[in-house]
Amino acid sequence: MSKPRTLFDKIWETHLVDVQEDGTCLLYIDRHLVHEVTSPQAFEGLKNAGRTVYRPEATLAVPDHNVPTTERGGYIENEESRIQVETLQKNCKDFGVPLYDVNDIRQGIVHIIGPEQGFTLPGTTIVCGDSHTATHGAFGAIAFGIGTSEVEHVLATQTLLQAPLKNMRITVDGGLPKGCTAKDLILALIKIIGTAGGTGCAIEYAGKAIRDLSMEGRMTVCNMTIEGGARCGIIAPDETTFEYVRGRPMSPKGAQWESAIRYWRTLPSDADAIYHKEVTLDIKDIVPQVTWGTSPEDVAPITGTVPNPSDFEDKLKQESVKESLHYMGLAAGMQISDIKIDKAFIGSCTNGRIEDIRAAADIAKGRTVVDSVTALVVPGSGLVKEQAEEEGLDKILLEAGFEWREPGCSMCLAMNDDKLQPGERCASTSNRNFKGRQGFNGRTHWVSPAMAAAAAVTGHLIDVRDL
Amino acid sequence: MESFTTLTGVAAPMNKINVDTDMIIPKQFLKTIKRAGLGKHLFDEMRYDRAGNEIVDFVLNKPAYRTAQILVAGDNFGCGSSREHAPWALLDFGIRCVISTSFADIFYNNCFKNGILPIAVSKLELDKLMEYAERGSNATLTIDLENQTISGPDGSEAIFEIDAFKKHCLLNGLDDIGLTMEKQNKIESYEKNMKHSQPWLNTAE
Repeated sequence: MSKPRTLFDKIWETHLVDVQEDGTCLLYIDRHLVHEVTSPQAFEGLKNAGRTVYRPEATLAVPDHNVPTTERGGYIENEESRIQVETLQKNCKDFGVPLYDVNDIRQGIVHIIGPEQGFTLPGTTIVCGDSHTATHGAFGAIAFGIGTSEVEHVLATQTLLQAPLKNMRITVDGGLPKGCTAKDLILALIKIIGTAGGTGCAIEYAGKAIRDLSMEGRMTVCNMTIEGGARCGIIAPDETTFEYVRGRPMSPKGAQWESAIRYWRTLPSDADAIYHKEVTLDIKDIVPQVTWGTSPEDVAPITGTVPNPSDFEDKLKQESVKESLHYMGLAAGMQISDIKIDKAFIGSCTNGRIEDIRAAADIAKGRTVVDSVTALVVPGSGLVKEQAEEEGLDKILLEAGFEWREPGCSMCLAMNDDKLQPGERCASTSNRNFKGRQGFNGRTHWVSPAMAAAAAVTGHLIDVRDL
Repeated sequence: MESFTTLTGVAAPMNKINVDTDMIIPKQFLKTIKRAGLGKHLFDEMRYDRAGNEIVDFVLNKPAYRTAQILVAGDNFGCGSSREHAPWALLDFGIRCVISTSFADIFYNNCFKNGILPIAVSKLELDKLMEYAERGSNATLTIDLENQTISGPDGSEAIFEIDAFKKHCLLNGLDDIGLTMEKQNKIESYEKNMKHSQPWLNTAE
């Protein structure tokens, strides 16, 4: 009998082109997503070496990090941003790579458009020069972020040299309590495993709570795998997955769809598969989660208080907590729900999908953003925006005083004009809370879309269940 | 890529955990379309005040460490984004080796593509090296990749582990795209098999 294998092992082994004596694998890459920030130097490398893109049709490019969200099709004022977007346009033209340009309705955040188009499929290997590529693992794919040299390697050869990852499984039992979402689930998890908890591993998320999530929710969970230190998060494909993939522009059709589904059903981990590391969590008792510091593991329940450096054992962690609290302008012991905000940001590859916009609109309905707060809703793609508008969500949000923007990465990393001013504090659905991430000296608190909307209409972090 | 064989240089101490990629090179410098020239922005927000003046307390601004080629740092170095601008900025500044107890996976891989050697050591070993690094301009370490050793100023020696293939590429400054292209036949035969076993994968575009 053959050795029991995990979902990850099955996909990995299927994609091996070669294994060197030292164990280094040459892995075939089925899908390569490209954006304007991490690709220019890769295309330049190809040009300098006289190389071509090996398989342009397995590649999909989109400008997302730098694009303005105020209007579409206009001239990008910032010269460097404009040059980066124009460089992507030129490179795609020169190398024959498909591009969803700024004016295309299909344009959006790279990790939102892949699934939306059916470019992302179960059982595949997917890479992108972006650490949040783990998002696509929600479909039962091996998906991970790579650096620019590796982007060049994939463009030139459709393969990557990789050492195999270890298998880690996180089993999440219980049902998500009222007011909690996939975002709260993943924040609670990162708090437990820490920012380096998954280093060297692919994390398979399993258990009832994961099974019960929609594809949008699964993408939110896998998206933030990197914040727990793992390059790759993965969830076994099931009926929820197939239902989402069915009928997308690039997903298989007719007889091919039938054979694809048959194959995808063989992918889930074998019952006796061995994991290098196992974590289990019951989420039936969690409450909405918030971050208070500048590291992804700085998570607290909304009902809690800001911790004291002395709550932590490790000396260097104590130092970093002290530094975090100073940067965040918070005093140990204060109620999290007393933290006042200046901005709210709803969007990003973590929370820029239709379900997220619906959750925000649901809170916004009949309420008003307080005067002192600026609240931005940035749909993850042109198609998310279109659907939200069909459902009338834009009107609800606009009436409540939220700004309704064009798609892009926006204030998640503030490479365009959407940023925090020094000292400003934001309830944000994004995925990185490092110092300066949303603007120089800006302060980030991660929350779910409903929690961000609730903070916008009350002016402070608040338990969404109390509204 | 420049090869890495041995290196003797000043080691700068950065006794801080979770040094992330936004600290190493903040996003406003990712708008470049070139690899070179990022050294002056390395650790920008820790290194300069808002007026652009050097912050004197920051380690790489201290006279003893301005030409550091080795960085000794706390756990989980390079966490955060996939930006290769982080190793580009380190290299452009002159850093060829980073020593820590652990590295974020993507950053770790990116170093090897740029001739930078990331070395993971035990906590005990790191504490010792940190102590060495704190000796200012006398904080010289010698790294020998072939023999996988770090030698301290007092002649002590520590051995480190490294993946054999990564070591081989770094020692010889190899371009791995060139190496992979030599396996063109294997890639083609893989594709032929996949076209048969998973034909739906060719339907994109």
